[in-house]
Amino acid sequence: MKVLVAVKRVLDYNVKARVKADKSGIELANVKMSMNPFDEIAIEEALRIKEAGKAEEVIAVSIGPSQSQETIRTALAMGADRGILIETDDEVQPLAVAKLLKHVAEKEEPGLLIVGKQAIDDDANQTGQMYSAITGWPQATFASKVEFEGDGLKVTREVDSGLESIQVAMPAVITTDLRLNEPRYAKLPNIMKAKKKPLEVIALADTGVSIETGLKTVEVNEPEEREAGIIVKSVDELVDRLRNEAKVI
Amino acid sequence: MTYQAPVREIEFMLNKVVGLDQINSLPGFEEATEDLVGAILEESSKFCGEVLAPLNRVGDVQGSVWSEDGVTTPDGWQDAYQQFCENGWGALSFPTQYGGQGLPMSVSAAVQEMWHASNMSFGLCPLLTQGAVDALHHHASDELKDIYISKMVEGTWTGTMNLTEPQAGTDLAAVRTSAEPDGDHYRIKGQKIYITYGEHDLSENIVHLVLARLPDAPPGVKGISLFVVPKFLVNADGSIGERNDVKCVSIEHKLGINASPTCVMSYGDNDGAIGYLVGKEHHGLMYMFTMMNQARHAVGVEGYAIASGAYQKALQYAKDREQGKTLLGKSEDDQGIINHPDVRRLLMSMRSGIDAMRGLSLECAASFDKAASHPDQTQREFFQRRGELLTPLVKGWSTEFGLALCSSGVQIHGGMGFVEETGAAQYYRDARITTIYEGTTAIQANDLIGRKTARDGGQGMSELIADIRVTIDELGKSNRVELQVIARNLASAVDALEETTQWMLEQENAVLPAAGSVDYLMMGGRTVGGWLMARSALAATGITDDTEFAEAQIALARFFAEHELPIVDAGRQLVIEGGESTVSVPVHML
Repeated sequence: MKVLVAVKRVLDYNVKARVKADKSGIELANVKMSMNPFDEIAIEEALRIKEAGKAEEVIAVSIGPSQSQETIRTALAMGADRGILIETDDEVQPLAVAKLLKHVAEKEEPGLLIVGKQAIDDDANQTGQMYSAITGWPQATFASKVEFEGDGLKVTREVDSGLESIQVAMPAVITTDLRLNEPRYAKLPNIMKAKKKPLEVIALADTGVSIETGLKTVEVNEPEEREAGIIVKSVDELVDRLRNEAKVI
Repeated sequence: MTYQAPVREIEFMLNKVVGLDQINSLPGFEEATEDLVGAILEESSKFCGEVLAPLNRVGDVQGSVWSEDGVTTPDGWQDAYQQFCENGWGALSFPTQYGGQGLPMSVSAAVQEMWHASNMSFGLCPLLTQGAVDALHHHASDELKDIYISKMVEGTWTGTMNLTEPQAGTDLAAVRTSAEPDGDHYRIKGQKIYITYGEHDLSENIVHLVLARLPDAPPGVKGISLFVVPKFLVNADGSIGERNDVKCVSIEHKLGINASPTCVMSYGDNDGAIGYLVGKEHHGLMYMFTMMNQARHAVGVEGYAIASGAYQKALQYAKDREQGKTLLGKSEDDQGIINHPDVRRLLMSMRSGIDAMRGLSLECAASFDKAASHPDQTQREFFQRRGELLTPLVKGWSTEFGLALCSSGVQIHGGMGFVEETGAAQYYRDARITTIYEGTTAIQANDLIGRKTARDGGQGMSELIADIRVTIDELGKSNRVELQVIARNLASAVDALEETTQWMLEQENAVLPAAGSVDYLMMGGRTVGGWLMARSALAATGITDDTEFAEAQIALARFFAEHELPIVDAGRQLVIEGGESTVSVPVHML
């Protein structure tokens, strides 16, 4: 079985995001970029599945500019076997990502697709679900535990009310939650080997997939600054302020 | 906030200023491309920031603890060391035949900065192992190498250097530890002190390299031999055997690096510890010296690494802390003490100083890479001379300056810097050892004026000065005012260094040069640091895609030229005129 993992190049989680002066998006020039942390978890899970003897090959796929090759190399250094980059400088919305992953999956025929539940840049949380919808594959989202059972999977999901276990047939798509695993550090010898692992670059045009989704980013703004808190003298004052100032009760 | 390695700055200095392309074009280093080195630095930064840095304070507070059964390292140390080894960080620069990666020393130095900046007490363990491996690799028999080196490269076994004895510190001629031939091995008896990681619970075995005297040894430095003395004897199949007759009888209570156990080692309390001769009899000290350059360079790296950790902490504090109305703050919300000009001065001196020291250290390491691998014999000799000349500057200047900058880090914190809980003081305490071990600053200065300058009649120094003047000419071609300022101050520093070198070479009596040697060393460090900063400014003018970064590099280089290089001029006067008064007051009047 092959496991396909989608990895996205995003603003590093340590970097404070700044909105561009023209409000067209986040400033990405000359800032540190790295792999979406949820995707690191996805790669880690795929590697563990392979190490447990349940898969033969882990393929890391990214969609984005040429620099996304670095993100794929990071996945290869962690232990993925090969990489595929669908190269485009355009903004790619979740639906387009799902379509492109479907395009790759049709060729590679993986038994599993693992994606992060969301990317920390746009927090969309849609790709896995949309992929499921357009392929008909079962989806196991917000996974915190993945076990092989019979011909399928038993997946524990983190839901509002607690933990939910579901069974899915394969091929399936899994989206990873934070507690699924703790991603490994790349070992030095593997960083050096990663350079020599195959990385195929496909131009977006060659996929024949349209990335038009009918959505357009109109404007990006900084969140409103939070005001300092106050200490109220009594419950009455609290109720009064909640009712008349905050207008929440 | 924990430590985050300045990967961008390190990459810029290594790739664009020192020139990684000049190293990865040499045979054996082809793999070290910018891409690969970038990936290595990123992963190292992650590991050091997330695993080693959080243990720095724990290590300081708990310290390593001695008992009859051995030394226990602080909480989390064992796990971190295991991860460190599994991830292969200890093997970076070792030869591939022993399982290392064979990467250049310059790349290794860039990575090691992160170990020491995040947790110097931890970084010392692999540093010592590296020194021991170097010694074995260069001088031991194939038989010994086969038994020990691969395990040490893996980190499964660690290494130590046993030189010092209570009466033999800087003067190793006084070593008394004895070695008696006993069949195919020797029996070692004696006491060694200040043995870093001489005993600990991180690895399954500890490989001690011990200086000792054979019964027929001539007196003094020519009668010292080098032995391998493992904590556990090694069976023929490579497995761990019986406990050897060596033990740690106590550990020191120190000013800093509390987590790094500094051991008093006792050899041969019973039958004599079993040891194996490295190389030839009576050549021990010479063997130690061949790797002295590397070991001293490594401590120089510690000097600026720890200042870099201190800088990050001070910078954060200066942004957050508000005291009084600032002159540079742009609004009411922008009143961190970083906006007081003097705090800015302290931070700039830290930042530009760290960059300059990093530049010097990487330049020195790159020289050794070229000396090891350049196809041309003349070039190899040239770069060996250059590397050896720069080594005492890296060790002597970077540790003294690094220490001063850690003090600035405390100063920026004000009263809170004197309070341990901020962590600013730990950097200052930990840094304090770096000017002492692996040869005190005075020893570095002595090495500089003697072995590295007088011995070759100033050849290495004049080659260096000529290279610096080439850069000054290049700066002069720029129409940017900052580069003109740098050119002017660097030119006057280099003139002062040249004149003082000449004066040094002309002295017949050794007293005055010795009295001025440390000041001379500082002149050298500042000038070469200024040279690297000047080259950094030149390289920055070529950056087109990130003008903010480029302008910052130029401003930092200018700051260094305006604040550090003028001191070189004063150094000339200090060295040439200040010796007489240094030694003229009789001892009984002191």
